[in-house]
Amino acid sequence: MPARRVIPCLDVRDGRVVKGVRFRDHVDMGDIVDLALRYRDAGADELVFYDIGASPQQRTVDVAWVERVSARLDIPFCVAGGIRDVATARTVLHAGADKISINTPALERPALIGELAAEFGVQCVVIGVDSILEADGEWRVRSHTGDPDRMQAPKKRTLDWIVEAQALGAGEIVLNCMDNDGVRRGYDIAQLRAARASCQVPLVASGGAGAMAHFAEAFGTADVDGALAASVFHSGQIEIADLKRFLHDAGIEVRPGPSASQIVAAW
Amino acid sequence: MRVALIDAGGANLGSVRYALQRLGVEPELTRDADAIRRADRVILPGVSAAATVMRQLHALELVDTLRSLRQPLLGVCVGMQLLFEHSEEDDTPCLGLLPGRVRKLEVASDLRVPHMGWSRLQRERDDPLTAGFGDSDYAYFVHSYAAPVTDACIASAAHGRTFAAVVRQGRIAGAQFHPERSAATGARLLGNFLLADAA
Repeated sequence: MPARRVIPCLDVRDGRVVKGVRFRDHVDMGDIVDLALRYRDAGADELVFYDIGASPQQRTVDVAWVERVSARLDIPFCVAGGIRDVATARTVLHAGADKISINTPALERPALIGELAAEFGVQCVVIGVDSILEADGEWRVRSHTGDPDRMQAPKKRTLDWIVEAQALGAGEIVLNCMDNDGVRRGYDIAQLRAARASCQVPLVASGGAGAMAHFAEAFGTADVDGALAASVFHSGQIEIADLKRFLHDAGIEVRPGPSASQIVAAW
Repeated sequence: MRVALIDAGGANLGSVRYALQRLGVEPELTRDADAIRRADRVILPGVSAAATVMRQLHALELVDTLRSLRQPLLGVCVGMQLLFEHSEEDDTPCLGLLPGRVRKLEVASDLRVPHMGWSRLQRERDDPLTAGFGDSDYAYFVHSYAAPVTDACIASAAHGRTFAAVVRQGRIAGAQFHPERSAATGARLLGNFLLADAA
């Protein structure tokens, strides 16, 4: 079992990193490569870049920044947003991304998952799932979540979709629990546990991180392989080196960060 | 220094090239036997299936070239697996530069395959290729097949069973993990390979 992964997610628009809450009100955060390297130095295990402009605007990902990131970054990274076909996926992977993450296009045409897996291997194919608890007590998926005005409810149960996506060739599932997203009250442990039980591939928790204990809960109680977060890292509220020390002390195996040589010495 | 980076397909070719550039080396991407023989160092990367890469090497008539190289050769990921005699993946005969057979990792309820993520390297013996590695170096792995721990193994890792993470026997070296995505640990391995004696 590899070390549990701490994964900052950077929202990208027009070649810059931006941040927003619940997909709205975006503020410029800086240059993609600068921020990527800062997180690498802090000990991030992997980065996800979500091109928030690409999907709603029906654009494909502009690969120039993917290439720039790949040239400088020496940890794995995943690109999400705007990848709808094998050709675009190939462009993004050949520009240096280690994985691509697909969400709405996979819901619209599930066969795409198999096409991508056959072409690039399951290890490249991440399926992002946006999920909401509905009034009848079922978790169901949402599509087109990049634009609140276009969001749709395809009437698919989240757990069914997770099983289906794996059968088609998903190599990793990122489960974004939208009820918790951006509000920092913790990951949706009940939903993640349910997903874990139906998930044989790596599962990454997303949505709700607000404190270091939330990460420990996701790893320890929901047994996820990775935990993704944005605002707590961007705001500086949680430093990754501190988080890793905290997780290590909680008995969770994590990779010590490169700038944390004092932590290694203490281990 | 001339570094030949063999272009036998595989999407991580660009990433390996960038990793070498970060170390100040501009590799020559090549499929040409003469260019490979002229190089001071040869790197065989590969994100793909063993059979696919072997088929490419046969089609490019590079199999004999690789078997008769006199300079240091580094195989990365599938490139390392191909150094062995045989891979269970599609029952593929490989280069046979190192003894041993590559086998699939076992799936279990708490073991996800592919093995994907950062795993700790366990030192098997000291070697110039892993000089400067500490006691808790982690490296980034993505693979479903793995080589056995043999005399050539200088560092191992575990995912279910223990397997070879770094190997070296004379001028033949390999890393099962991705040095281009393994932060400082990966850069150190590539740097050590570039510094290695040709002997």
